[in-house]
Amino acid sequence: MVLQLFKKSQMWRKPDLKNRYEVVIIGGGVHGLSTAYHLGKLGLTDVAVIDKSYLGGGGSARSTAIIRANYLTPEGIPFFRESHKMYENLSQELDFNLLFNQMGRLDLGHTDSAVYWLNVRAGFNQLLGVNSRVIDPNEISELVPVLDLRKGKTMPVLAALYHPPAGVVRHDAVVYGYARAADRMGIELHPFTEVTGIIKSNGRVTGVQTNSGQISAGTVVSATAGWSSTISTMVDLDLPITTYPLQAFVTEPLKPFLDKTISSANLHAYAYQTDRGEVVIGGPVDPYPTYSQRATMNMLEDLSVFILKLLPILKPAKILRQWAGLCDMTPDYAPILGKVEGLDGFILNCGWGTWGFKAAPIAGKTVAELVATGQTPKLIQPFGLDRFENGRLINERAAATAAAIH
Amino acid sequence: MAFLVPCPNCGERNVYEFRCAGEIVTRPNSDAPQSERTAYLYLRKNVAGEQREWWYHKLGCRKWFTAIRNTVTNEVTETAWPDETVA
Ligand SMILES: Cc1cc2nc3c(=O)[nH]c(=O)nc-3n(C[C@H](O)[C@H](O)[C@H](O)COP(=O)(O)OP(=O)(O)OC[C@H]3O[C@@H](n4cnc5c(N)ncnc54)[C@H](O)[C@@H]3O)c2cc1C
Ligand SMILES: [Zn+2]
Repeated sequence: MVLQLFKKSQMWRKPDLKNRYEVVIIGGGVHGLSTAYHLGKLGLTDVAVIDKSYLGGGGSARSTAIIRANYLTPEGIPFFRESHKMYENLSQELDFNLLFNQMGRLDLGHTDSAVYWLNVRAGFNQLLGVNSRVIDPNEISELVPVLDLRKGKTMPVLAALYHPPAGVVRHDAVVYGYARAADRMGIELHPFTEVTGIIKSNGRVTGVQTNSGQISAGTVVSATAGWSSTISTMVDLDLPITTYPLQAFVTEPLKPFLDKTISSANLHAYAYQTDRGEVVIGGPVDPYPTYSQRATMNMLEDLSVFILKLLPILKPAKILRQWAGLCDMTPDYAPILGKVEGLDGFILNCGWGTWGFKAAPIAGKTVAELVATGQTPKLIQPFGLDRFENGRLINERAAATAAAIH
Repeated sequence: MAFLVPCPNCGERNVYEFRCAGEIVTRPNSDAPQSERTAYLYLRKNVAGEQREWWYHKLGCRKWFTAIRNTVTNEVTETAWPDETVA
């Protein structure tokens, strides 16, 4: 009885690394694991997910995990809409409580041009089946009484894009849920295994070199977010990606006073209160690219100044933690998904920047379909790497949180 | 991670005084093929290690210069004025 109590129940197995898999996924963050899970659902289980660190220890561990679909472009909106729908059912599907709290969200506009773009977004959202609308300061006050509308000050709140189904999810639960489900289907998870090279023959990727030996593979998927360029350089591929850190911090737990996520691109800050009462605060990426994941005092000061303009009530609150994660920023604030011309057997699942957590379900599903069938699903065709060559950039910038500085 | 940048004019200053304008890329000729222009506009090495990049001392002397910085440790090992920079 006692022994039974102390018996470790493991979330996933620890198999030995084989020297061949049908599919090798580099990166065990939310995207690599979602892709693995969806491959399993399609019956492809000879799959290994390889991560140089612990599972979900990259951007996925550091995400503020706001899930929303109120994007701007006709390519982006349907993609994020489908992902949002999948999140609504994901706790059931993975049999794991992801604490998905659909608290709703306000994107605040403080200038005429910002309000113009909020209206454009509302229009496109409604046309494409996403629930959002522009509301006035009175309604904003009713939804978030503590918000300073900044009447008579610089940057008054003029309007907001209200997106009721937006929410926040428990980021590590999503990672563990996908990992456990993939493992149960027979897919292998190999944390603490670093990819050090990619094996190519005749213009085709045929495997990876790791610090635990060589593995051959039918297909290699790179889901390495902020590290994508370090992987692509192994196949002499330059990507339209620059790695920037994004920082966030949380306050001590406070009584419930805020039940919406609020975001202001004009004031470079966003915030929400967690179920535990802590207030999570974030903003734009750091002003210079780096692979260092150390947070900075300057950013803590800047974000505090920005958020106090909206939530002066937070002034006496103590700060508990601050952190940084790497973001693979693209020029058009949209992801890069799919095949690479002239390089068979290599699939990209990256360009997730500061916005990728919400996309994991649909990206995993569509990339898995591509791996299984060789055909790029329609939903992700606009996100191919070739869009930069063809001048078909997507431009989601106006819908990226607090992106104004960058 | 914050760090100090040695401006060739002002000496070591807090990185937040500067604007980093990214890795140096060479502009192709106007008759260069489309692929080279795409590369110039969008594609980046984004190395995890030493790279040569553009810096602007926006809250100081407001001069542009180039630096070699390690993007993992953020150590700046060399700075130069644009006309002294070897590409
Ligand atoms: C502070 C912060 C807040 C954010 N907030 C939001 C938000 O509110 N909403 C939202 O949608 N998105 C948000 N994001 C973005 C989102 O978190 C990321 O886009 C997403 O987590 C990326 O997931 P991923 O699986 O692609 O990458 P990661 O989770 O970064 O995983 C990549 C993995 O690759 C591994 N790896 C790298 N190199 C190698 C190698 N050579 N060999 C083996 N493995 C390797 C890494 O160890 C890492 O685990 C935020 C990000 C940050 C940093
Ligand atoms: Zn100077």
